[in-house]
Amino acid sequence: MNGGAQGRGLRAYALLYLLFLYAPILLLPVFAFNSGTVVAFPLNSFTTEWFGQLWGNATLRRALFNSLTIAFSAAALATLLGMFAARASTRYRFAGKGTALGLIMLPLVLPEIIVGVSLLVVLLAVGIELSILTVIIGHTLICTPYAVAILTTAFASLDQSLEEAAQDLGESRWNAFRLVILPLVMPGILSSMLMSFTISLDEFIIAFFLAGSEPTLPTYIFSQLRFPKSIPMIMALGTVLVATSILLLALAEYFRRRGAARTGQTNSGGFL
Amino acid sequence: MTARNPSPAPVPKSGPARDEQGRPTPIGSRRAMIECRDVHKYYGDYHALRGIDLTIREAEFFSLLGPSGCGKTTLLRTIAGFEDISSGVVLIDGRDMAKVPANARPTNMVFQSYAIFPHLTVAQNVAFGLRRDPRSRAEKAAAVDEALAMVGLKGYGARAAHALSGGQRQRVALARALILKPKVLLLDEPLSALDRKMREQMQVELIKLQRQVGITFVLVTHDQEEALVMSDRIAVMFEGEIAQLSYPEELYSRPVSRRVADFIGMMNFMPVRILGETDAGVRVEVPGFGEFDIPAANVSRADPGDPGPSVGFRPEAVTILYRDAPAPHRETPGIIEEVVYYGDMTYYDVRLDGAERPVRISMRNVFGRDIQDLGTRTRVSWSPGSLILFR
Repeated sequence: MNGGAQGRGLRAYALLYLLFLYAPILLLPVFAFNSGTVVAFPLNSFTTEWFGQLWGNATLRRALFNSLTIAFSAAALATLLGMFAARASTRYRFAGKGTALGLIMLPLVLPEIIVGVSLLVVLLAVGIELSILTVIIGHTLICTPYAVAILTTAFASLDQSLEEAAQDLGESRWNAFRLVILPLVMPGILSSMLMSFTISLDEFIIAFFLAGSEPTLPTYIFSQLRFPKSIPMIMALGTVLVATSILLLALAEYFRRRGAARTGQTNSGGFL
Repeated sequence: MTARNPSPAPVPKSGPARDEQGRPTPIGSRRAMIECRDVHKYYGDYHALRGIDLTIREAEFFSLLGPSGCGKTTLLRTIAGFEDISSGVVLIDGRDMAKVPANARPTNMVFQSYAIFPHLTVAQNVAFGLRRDPRSRAEKAAAVDEALAMVGLKGYGARAAHALSGGQRQRVALARALILKPKVLLLDEPLSALDRKMREQMQVELIKLQRQVGITFVLVTHDQEEALVMSDRIAVMFEGEIAQLSYPEELYSRPVSRRVADFIGMMNFMPVRILGETDAGVRVEVPGFGEFDIPAANVSRADPGDPGPSVGFRPEAVTILYRDAPAPHRETPGIIEEVVYYGDMTYYDVRLDGAERPVRISMRNVFGRDIQDLGTRTRVSWSPGSLILFR
């Protein structure tokens, strides 16, 4: 540890930076448990009333149900597609591979509002009615690059000979995959599912464009911001969402690291 | 290069490739186990195997030896069924393998990386191929214990596979393959990942194991010493073709071409002038050695890339004469230009009078023989029979 003036300056910088990042989020639970209806200091007394309101709100429950349905479906689809892409990119060489992978990863950098508007135009032109299904399609599109990134790491860390060894010992191609490859990449699959789930759950722009009249959690929150008296309830909802997100991401990272340890390689890469 | 004699393996009373007294039968008289007939393999435009013809026999320890990219691993993978051949025939135990996938062939493979399943225990790895075996659970467990004992890993069954050392992984890979009692065991550079000491130990163990189980072993290696030490016969491969297929002694002492001679062990090459054919062989003139006849049996082929005809000899095929010892054959004077001491051996670079470049001569450091000094004038004893002509 460097004890000089420079070291102290850097430490202060890092502290301020983290404070700027997380202080607003830390305020969420503070006001979620505050009995005052105005989001301002000084605080009133401690209450769990806003969490109670959350529970009692039918539209909110519907939004939650929609969001969970979308997140589960998008996570499953993105992970499945990600497995295909990751396996192809790590096992085979073929013409146009770089371009194909580049196009798969492109939604990572495309502005979501552009993706949302484009999808809306196409879906309307094709005549597909907006519903949670269209949101699932959109979310699968933006989750797939993350799934590919995580799963490529998982597949690339596998020795190519493992599958051949299983076949050499008498197993069919499918059984070799099922008995050897699948267990070894399972941590990656779980990690990809959790990551995609988290991304989908709090995604706003695409859901806003493609959900039609169906509410999702983020669009519901946005709609409620117009009414000052529901702000504390939104604070409570935000607290729940942040806690869930942190929990899911921690789980995802745990599975990724366990996978790395299981195949006996050094831990590198990953999102956390 | 020091040839080591492995301690004698326990000889089974009977078994494949042995007569009634339990003695091994000569390789040439045994049943063919693997036959390749005019096997070609293309990767796109790249011609990886160019007409491979070979017969590997029952209970033989056979090596495919060559530099990287010569096609030896491709040939092994072709036999295992991991690569389709472009044309030709591969037979295993008399059966055409054209339509037989890898998982149905009577072969098992030890991979270069060992390919141990890291999510399973040692015992689960070894038992992997027994999944569809109809035997009871207890019988399978006994078979696993037996296989582990055979490779010296008794009691390791419950260990996690990913925590094993390189040598132990290799033993697990061997047990996992041998438990299925294949007709052929294929080994893809199995020792290359081990350190020198472990490698030499495993060489001896592999030979013992092969004699014990009496299965045909096909070893791929780029290490000529490994091939010489372990094999009954060796096929030397260059650029997708077999350059020479022979017994280790013959490969070493009668290489068919300069390239084979250069790849196997060390050989001195000297320029030669061919004067003509005689009854005794070929009349040549070699600077330093003078004019003499090389026996017809010692005439090999030059390769297209060679700088013209040459004679070659192994460092131990000629001798430095000490003091005034009489020469048993012919002798040529020279001067010692370099001395390299190896403990059991000393290598001398000797420039023969009249020769352009020095030749390397090895002498065993037997008791009472002292190391010659740099710059000493000396005499070299040689005979035409210890030289090979590449023309």
